Amino acid sequence: MAEIYDVVVVGGGPGGYVCAIRSAQLGLKTAVVERDRLGGICLNWGCIPTKALLRSAEVFHLMQRAAEFGLSADTVGFDLDKVVKRSRGVAEKLSNGVGFLMKKHKITVIAGEAKLAGAGKLAVVKDGKTQEVQAKNIVLATGARPRVLPGLEPDGKLIWTSKEALVPNMMPKSLLVVGSGAIGIEFASFFRTLGSDVTVVEVLDRVLPVEDEEISAFAHKAFVKQGMKIKVATTVDKLVKNENSVTATLKTKDGKTETITADRVILAVGIVGNVENLGLEAAGIKVDRTHVVIDQWGLTGVPGVWAIGDLVGPPWLAHKAMHEGVIVAEKIADVKGVHPLDPSRVPGCTYCNPQVASVGLTEAKAKASGRKIKVGHFPFIGNGKAIALGEPEGLVKTVFDAETGELLGAHMIGAEVTELIQGYGIAKTLEATEADLETVVFPHPTLSEMMHEAVLDADKKALHI
Amino acid sequence: MSTQILMPALSPTMEEGKLAKWHVKEGDEVHSGDILAEIETDKATMELEAADEGRIGKILVAEGSEGVKVNAPIAILLGEGEDANSPVDISSAMSSIQAAVAAEAKDAKEAKAEAAAKPAAVQPTPQPEVARSAVAKDVSNDGRVFASPLARRIAAEKGIDLAAIAGSGPRGRIVKADVENAAPGIKSTPHPEEVRSVVSKGVAKGPSEASAPSALPDARLFFKPEDYEEIPHDSMRKAIAKRLTASTSSIPHFYLTIDCRIDALLAARKRLNDASPKGEGAYKLSVNDFLVKAAAMALAKSPAVNASWTDSAVLRHKHADVGVAVALDFGLITPIVFQAESKGLAAISNEVKSLAERARTKKLKPQEYEGGTFAISNLGMFGISHFTAVINPPHAGILAVGAGVEKPVVTNGKIEIATVMSVTMSCDHRVIDGATGSRFLSVFKQFVEDPAAMLL
Repeated sequence: MAEIYDVVVVGGGPGGYVCAIRSAQLGLKTAVVERDRLGGICLNWGCIPTKALLRSAEVFHLMQRAAEFGLSADTVGFDLDKVVKRSRGVAEKLSNGVGFLMKKHKITVIAGEAKLAGAGKLAVVKDGKTQEVQAKNIVLATGARPRVLPGLEPDGKLIWTSKEALVPNMMPKSLLVVGSGAIGIEFASFFRTLGSDVTVVEVLDRVLPVEDEEISAFAHKAFVKQGMKIKVATTVDKLVKNENSVTATLKTKDGKTETITADRVILAVGIVGNVENLGLEAAGIKVDRTHVVIDQWGLTGVPGVWAIGDLVGPPWLAHKAMHEGVIVAEKIADVKGVHPLDPSRVPGCTYCNPQVASVGLTEAKAKASGRKIKVGHFPFIGNGKAIALGEPEGLVKTVFDAETGELLGAHMIGAEVTELIQGYGIAKTLEATEADLETVVFPHPTLSEMMHEAVLDADKKALHI
Repeated sequence: MSTQILMPALSPTMEEGKLAKWHVKEGDEVHSGDILAEIETDKATMELEAADEGRIGKILVAEGSEGVKVNAPIAILLGEGEDANSPVDISSAMSSIQAAVAAEAKDAKEAKAEAAAKPAAVQPTPQPEVARSAVAKDVSNDGRVFASPLARRIAAEKGIDLAAIAGSGPRGRIVKADVENAAPGIKSTPHPEEVRSVVSKGVAKGPSEASAPSALPDARLFFKPEDYEEIPHDSMRKAIAKRLTASTSSIPHFYLTIDCRIDALLAARKRLNDASPKGEGAYKLSVNDFLVKAAAMALAKSPAVNASWTDSAVLRHKHADVGVAVALDFGLITPIVFQAESKGLAAISNEVKSLAERARTKKLKPQEYEGGTFAISNLGMFGISHFTAVINPPHAGILAVGAGVEKPVVTNGKIEIATVMSVTMSCDHRVIDGATGSRFLSVFKQFVEDPAAMLL
């Protein structure tokens, strides 16, 4: 008789494999169906390999600055193939690590592409053969892929998506990046640091448009200073491929057009959910603009079918998917006291140079919510550790509810801020108020002291400025 | 390293319990999974298993102790090579127990002292073992309230008493949302601890001095001690009192009564029971099993009735989880048939039997009786023709079922004899309006009078 799993997760990305591990921990018989490699986009073609590339760029940048630190590094250079090879090695290692975690938790990994096939059933196709898998609960975690705009289709040679940009076979002398969200800006930063002439086009009126306006403005200035060209409120009307370059027609909001030619183009205009070939329609699962519609617990409305991660919509972040995976596993196991995900507690990180990190409401959104707010700022230039590191550019900003002291949002730009933001995440989740954060003893000398100062500044009590 | 064994919370609503029995004594070696003690919760007795191995160094709470607060240390577990004289911080463990029981002990002490002074006063009831340890120290505070800093600040600004609200955060911590959703009246509600202390002080001092408006004079004041026998409350009695008082005082009840002819149901029941296989798969359907099924099917068709009230929203449930009131020698409990709308009669019948049996032996798990979306209480077997029941939140309704009685009924101008059963639904008017409840009852009646309709 065929085995009936308690939980089968479709997709072995960060949301899926974490959901599987938590399910197994809770004593549920669990399987994961994966069509490609465990770890999904995040681990194989997203978060992790880009971080490896950006680390190479960062070290390269520091080597160029050697003299500033009293060091000499006369022939500073790089070998793009080796940079890419290192990045692939990192991804490979971690993907194998996920395989090990599956084995450790006795989770069955089924290779193939799954499709809903009636209540409690999945048809998994591998090399033309179909296998039926039975499950009391099915968790859809098929993730997302880069969005393609009509007329701006990638070809993988001259016009790249993030996937090709991760394994570049040449160093483009000039590069056009379409989209200034986290993905676009990270690639812009990488190629600019290695010497490309980079132009970034953004349809909205500022770079990193989901971030706080002040942070966007700070980033814009820093990028321009590094030699990046940034065109906001601008769209790409047309891409014409030449023999070994692409000519783009850009159009500004007020109707002006210009053309620029670049060796390569990277398209980073958002992502779409992988909702196709899952049998969603036949199962009666609702899809809204490429994302599966769910309730607060991840239920699709079809009994026993759940969905998590990029598939269900923004923010498109691995840690959000992982958290949803845990919630769904715990709901399936009927764990008491599970809380739905509060999006205001999900931090976001962008690993450009300088790094950007934030959690909660921007100042503008906090104001728009009708609350009385108070805002604190602290610049990197006032922090001893930042000066010692040679990283004096950056800003930490806090937004509090003036009446209750609730930390509504925190926004940072500068060195290592992606490692710092969790402090404010903990504060938000534990519902610490400004009065509590003021009493925390931060170690000296660290960048984290700026987090303290930015809290103090909200009450006009900052000490080092 | 020595560790404290804490009073477990066996259900999300458990605040305190009785340490009914120790299965180990000081010096015993225990292994993970060994049964250490029996804990009596609101409605069930459950076994406490050892999570770690070691040796019982000290038992801090004696067998039979009531009102042991959740998370109070109840014993010290010693690690390998340690003896009971190892530098275990027993005094700090003891002081936290003292804090947990102090309020009760203090009241008891005062009552005792005054009782001694007045010859006609009540006989002191036997003191719980655990109270002894509290004699050394008087602690006026009755325990910590766990709340986030933000929740504390908002509560202070709004004048809300944190002790009066339940926390929804990790381990019951009170978070911002709990304070924001707290009912406006919460600030004037005295802490349960305070009510209790007022009541027990009232015993000795007389009703005129009892200040809390909710405290009624103690019934003992009206009787001579030799004229009654005192039965101390067990946890179940306390839970019944607490929940049903809260229900009747906070839920606006109204009642709808409808008569159902059950001749067809009785005939179907006989036919089905006669056809029951022997041995495996056997069933014996009761009238109540049909009513559970009919109610669940009617609930599935009446989402507005299959619902719960919260301060911010009405929760419409996707399944009909029907509680069935079970009378016990020592009280009453309402175990739940989950997703009853999707279960067959035989399944419902066997499940109710199993739940009732385990309720009688106190073996129900909390998740088997907590929650539910609706309930049925049937007193037909006692010949009661009609009664009303108290809603058991989070339900928005409860059906009180009377006896099926043969009555003359006029149909199409002719008098015939029919078996008629009267049912009365108590409705939470915050959730259910008169017409909504009536529509539900008419669907229910249709299923009861023509059970085959449940197959549609």
